[in-house]
Amino acid sequence: MNTFKINQLIGVAIFLFSVFVAVPYAIAASGRWDFYYTLTSVALLSIASAGVWLTFYIGRINIGQGAFALIGGYVSAILVTKAGLSFWLTLPLAGLFCAFIAVLIGLPILRLRGVYFAMVTLVLTEVSRLTMLALPITNGAKGIVSIPLPGALSIFGLTLIPDFSMLKNDKLAFYYVACVLMVICFAGMYRLVNSRFGHLCRSLQQNEELASSIGVNIAYLRIVVFAISSFLGGIGGAMFVAISQSIYPSSFQVSDSINFMLNCFLGGLGYVFGPMLGTLTLYFGWSLLFELGKYQLLIYSSLLIFLMLVLPNGLLSIRFSKMKGVQK
Amino acid sequence: MEQVIVNALYLGSQYAMIALGLTLIFALMNVLNFAHGQMYVLGGFVTYTIYGRLGFPFIVALLGTAVTLAIVGALIEYFLFRPVIRRSVREESTMLLAAGIAFLLDAVILLVFGEKQRGVPKILDGVFNWDFRIILPYDRILVCVLAIMSIAGFIAFMQFTKTGRALRAFAQDRVAAELMGVNVDRYSMIGFALGAMLAGLVGGLLVTITGVNLGMGGPVSIKAFMMVMIGGAGVISGAIAGGFILGALEAVGLAVLSQYGDITYLLIFASLMVFLSFRPQGLMGKPWG
Repeated sequence: MNTFKINQLIGVAIFLFSVFVAVPYAIAASGRWDFYYTLTSVALLSIASAGVWLTFYIGRINIGQGAFALIGGYVSAILVTKAGLSFWLTLPLAGLFCAFIAVLIGLPILRLRGVYFAMVTLVLTEVSRLTMLALPITNGAKGIVSIPLPGALSIFGLTLIPDFSMLKNDKLAFYYVACVLMVICFAGMYRLVNSRFGHLCRSLQQNEELASSIGVNIAYLRIVVFAISSFLGGIGGAMFVAISQSIYPSSFQVSDSINFMLNCFLGGLGYVFGPMLGTLTLYFGWSLLFELGKYQLLIYSSLLIFLMLVLPNGLLSIRFSKMKGVQK
Repeated sequence: MEQVIVNALYLGSQYAMIALGLTLIFALMNVLNFAHGQMYVLGGFVTYTIYGRLGFPFIVALLGTAVTLAIVGALIEYFLFRPVIRRSVREESTMLLAAGIAFLLDAVILLVFGEKQRGVPKILDGVFNWDFRIILPYDRILVCVLAIMSIAGFIAFMQFTKTGRALRAFAQDRVAAELMGVNVDRYSMIGFALGAMLAGLVGGLLVTITGVNLGMGGPVSIKAFMMVMIGGAGVISGAIAGGFILGALEAVGLAVLSQYGDITYLLIFASLMVFLSFRPQGLMGKPWG
């Protein structure tokens, strides 16, 4: 697995080309500028979903990613507005803060399994929403609004990222940033899963007792994975806040947490790039159904139920044999 | 002080009823019913329609709600859960199905009843006032009494009828119950219908006090999950204990912490974390269900 095959390299090249060259070109040609927002959202949501996928990888159902996205968003928003830090500094800080929270919460709850873990993480999402409503620093239900756009990032006088408020087309800039983050995230995930660490995680997924009996430090491994997962959630949430320039306690709620989980299922739990595919399908499916007006939710949920009836083991029971080459 | 105790009882009785339905479904089918809150909302709307709009007596409305929700639950079990459980290999797939059903019920409620907050006329007027130490409107007392009666009725049903005995056997050991001649398919349908009925009944009771709107479903499910975590999943006594404990915590939190803002749930969650690190299976649960 560690040696790249030639068709995998071609696949990666095609993917990068289409994301960074073909899509902007197509959008410029067709004039559908609103697609940038959709695609940026997909990129960011797939980062958060990648975190959920990683917790699935150790055999835990995580429905708490909305909480970490919310926390990450608030950390970034508060640091930018109250402390006046640069957004590019707050982005990793938001992720690290989420990872720290995840370690604190993870110590007790990662001992739970299956449905129990799912329940606790779901409760966590709701509790974080209520907390953001109540804490004085988060400004309650009014939320934090008119957050300034990300400023310039320069190292040793070399401007890496220009000031977003100076740009004519900040949508394109956000699109590029989100895609770069997404590519880094999934490249990192791919590396992680195909490393020794990834193999250990797979042993957890199959049988924790057995893994621990042959000397795998399961408690440590679980915490690290949960922290990485939450880190990704925080990054996704913080970036989202920078784009919408506002955050409310309802920005990420229970339904978002459930959607993150659905993204992973839809894309397939066996593939690192599953969350990306799942987010794309689900987000675009939802947007396409928007034309149906008030029947949107009805048809969306019926399709979901129908999918479960036809493929009770998830979409992963279909082999993505044709698409696999393109994705990897 | 007395007021807090009474509030705790009042909240606890409703919560226990909600948790009972959830835990029953979990015990029988190992399904985490995400749609429980939506069933509660549906029950509220059915009662609103029968009692508030059509003008039938409240007790008729409650009976109607119970029957409607039982039918809805039975249909969901028969047409959706049964085929999926039969063919799926992972327990996650029933969770996904339940999430899909929650969305579906939301959509149906939205289309049929609209998104407005709905209320019904009070069933009883007046306020019970004992020396200004306990102040409680009469309708809340009635709701509390009805809720406790329903719980008692449910326990009696589970303890003393043949169906109840079959359900308990089924929850204890599916295979053994099947070998003893319990018709598993039939009883999982009855169990699901009962669970949905309990959720709907609470919704119907509370529509007289808090009204009902579409957005209530999610938070109700979340609270039900918390109670089940406290009491232990799949245990009836645990669900009742969990319901009353959460009700008490909330009542105390509202009384003591109100000047610090609404951090009651943060504290409850934090203490739940501490509690779960000592007892991951809850108060009375079996380890890992």
